[in-house]
Amino acid sequence: MGESRAGQGALRSLWRLSACVCAALLALAIAGAGESWRYSVAERRSGYTYLSEDNQQLQDDDFANPGLLWVERGRELWQQIESTAGTSCARCHSDAATSMRGVRTRYPRFDPQGGKLINLEQQINRCRAERMHASSYPYESDALLALTTFVAFQSRGLPIDVRIDGPAQPFFAAGKALYEQRRGQLDLACTHCHERYAGQRLRGDVISQGQINGFPIYRHTWQTLGSTHRMFAWCNTSVRSEPYPLGSDEYVNLELFVAWHGRGLPVETPAVRR
Amino acid sequence: MSLSQPLRLSRRTLLRQLGVAGVLVTLGPAGAWATKEMVQQAVRDRIGTREPQPQGVTLRLPKIAETGNSVPLTVTVESPMTPDDHVLRLHVFIEGNPEPVAATYHFGVRAGKAEISTRLRLARSQTVLALAEMSDGSVRSGAASILVTLGACVEEVWGD
Amino acid sequence: MAETRVRVPSTARRGEVIEIKTLLSHPMETGHRRDVYGKLIPRQIIHTFTCTYNGVEVFRADWHPAVAANPYLAFFTVATESGRLRFEWIDDEGTVYATEAEITVA
Repeated sequence: MGESRAGQGALRSLWRLSACVCAALLALAIAGAGESWRYSVAERRSGYTYLSEDNQQLQDDDFANPGLLWVERGRELWQQIESTAGTSCARCHSDAATSMRGVRTRYPRFDPQGGKLINLEQQINRCRAERMHASSYPYESDALLALTTFVAFQSRGLPIDVRIDGPAQPFFAAGKALYEQRRGQLDLACTHCHERYAGQRLRGDVISQGQINGFPIYRHTWQTLGSTHRMFAWCNTSVRSEPYPLGSDEYVNLELFVAWHGRGLPVETPAVRR
Repeated sequence: MSLSQPLRLSRRTLLRQLGVAGVLVTLGPAGAWATKEMVQQAVRDRIGTREPQPQGVTLRLPKIAETGNSVPLTVTVESPMTPDDHVLRLHVFIEGNPEPVAATYHFGVRAGKAEISTRLRLARSQTVLALAEMSDGSVRSGAASILVTLGACVEEVWGD
Repeated sequence: MAETRVRVPSTARRGEVIEIKTLLSHPMETGHRRDVYGKLIPRQIIHTFTCTYNGVEVFRADWHPAVAANPYLAFFTVATESGRLRFEWIDDEGTVYATEAEITVA
């Protein structure tokens, strides 16, 4: 960190010392049982490892991480009684910290009812429609983002562990095919940036592996929180390819592949990214 | 180029396609950048003709910001914060942005400590300047430079 | 959705200088960005933040578009007495976002 020309050595040392102590305490607090999160598993690296120190600190800040605003909103929505059925998420699922723990690590999953994959956003809307007789939230609406972030937050630190076998297998294969398919005016596939050139520069940015273990993320470019599908649409647009609709089967299939691509990485929701 | 689809062209492409009109459209922020005169005027508006003394004001700012959209800043002004000797106001100037002033913070004896932490938007690499107005009428200053790799304020909105 | 988030120590010693952290969800639209059609997106920011302590203003900030979206601000105040701290953010449309926190000062 840069500092101005004026300033006192003693004060600065004290500041640094207390900052170190605070950072250590915070790290311990977040780690819980004293175990640090593993942001890298084998050759798979979380987007966290590509961040500047300042952004890593921002993500780890248990007050100032802007994504926590959506967690709080989600916490309120969890309790909110929907007028039509007179019920709320909390009525069935009571304390989210217990009932929702581990949930984020398993999505998207194969859904026998629909005969295809379902992601976390869609599962939330299904509960609303079928159990609460409430209207579904539009994709990427503040409310859906808040609830998804709140639910995902309960799995913080747990490793991504999606199933790609059995009935999920053909959808996983479809997602993989999409990941490897060239598209757009720039004629690039996801694999080109995120596998072949991960770690190298794209203009002023360093290309990450494109992992989604931190989603929904607070993205500085958007200056707000956003979902995996918004990210996929942004990437597609960036290679001058027509994006699929948010919530489309194509993106849910892709989500399963990309989740598997980052298996073992910790849930970091809400992550902070550029 | 079909107009039924939303435009998603780079500035360069648009300039080539629209000629002069393109220059006007893609100039960027409404009034372009803050000029030296604008910055000096903004400073004069706040501290008049007083000369700032470059001491006692410390800025903690990263040397490099990977994104200008959110840059952490902490400013500390040395002061006992007693009724006889305290900080009245702190002004933060960002001369490389479209508008030269970021914020003014009002302290007083009840503050206890003249320090704030916040996050700024920076459009490009520049020097951030902080001026502190003291209770005895003097003005103190501090500054810090920063390299911004991806600027805020003037990036195109992709409509995503 | 305007979510407010504040961190104030719940207890403090009389005369202690305490740090207060605040966070508000707000786009802080600068007025300098253009949409895909080249039109300027109108400015909509929080221009004033105040903190009052049992009704007395102890801190104020005037903000301009250079303050980042979802604005974060940490500042200090002296714990003088038990009571209520009130935080208000006012935006260009005149909307006031507010939240309060209690503090016990011994």
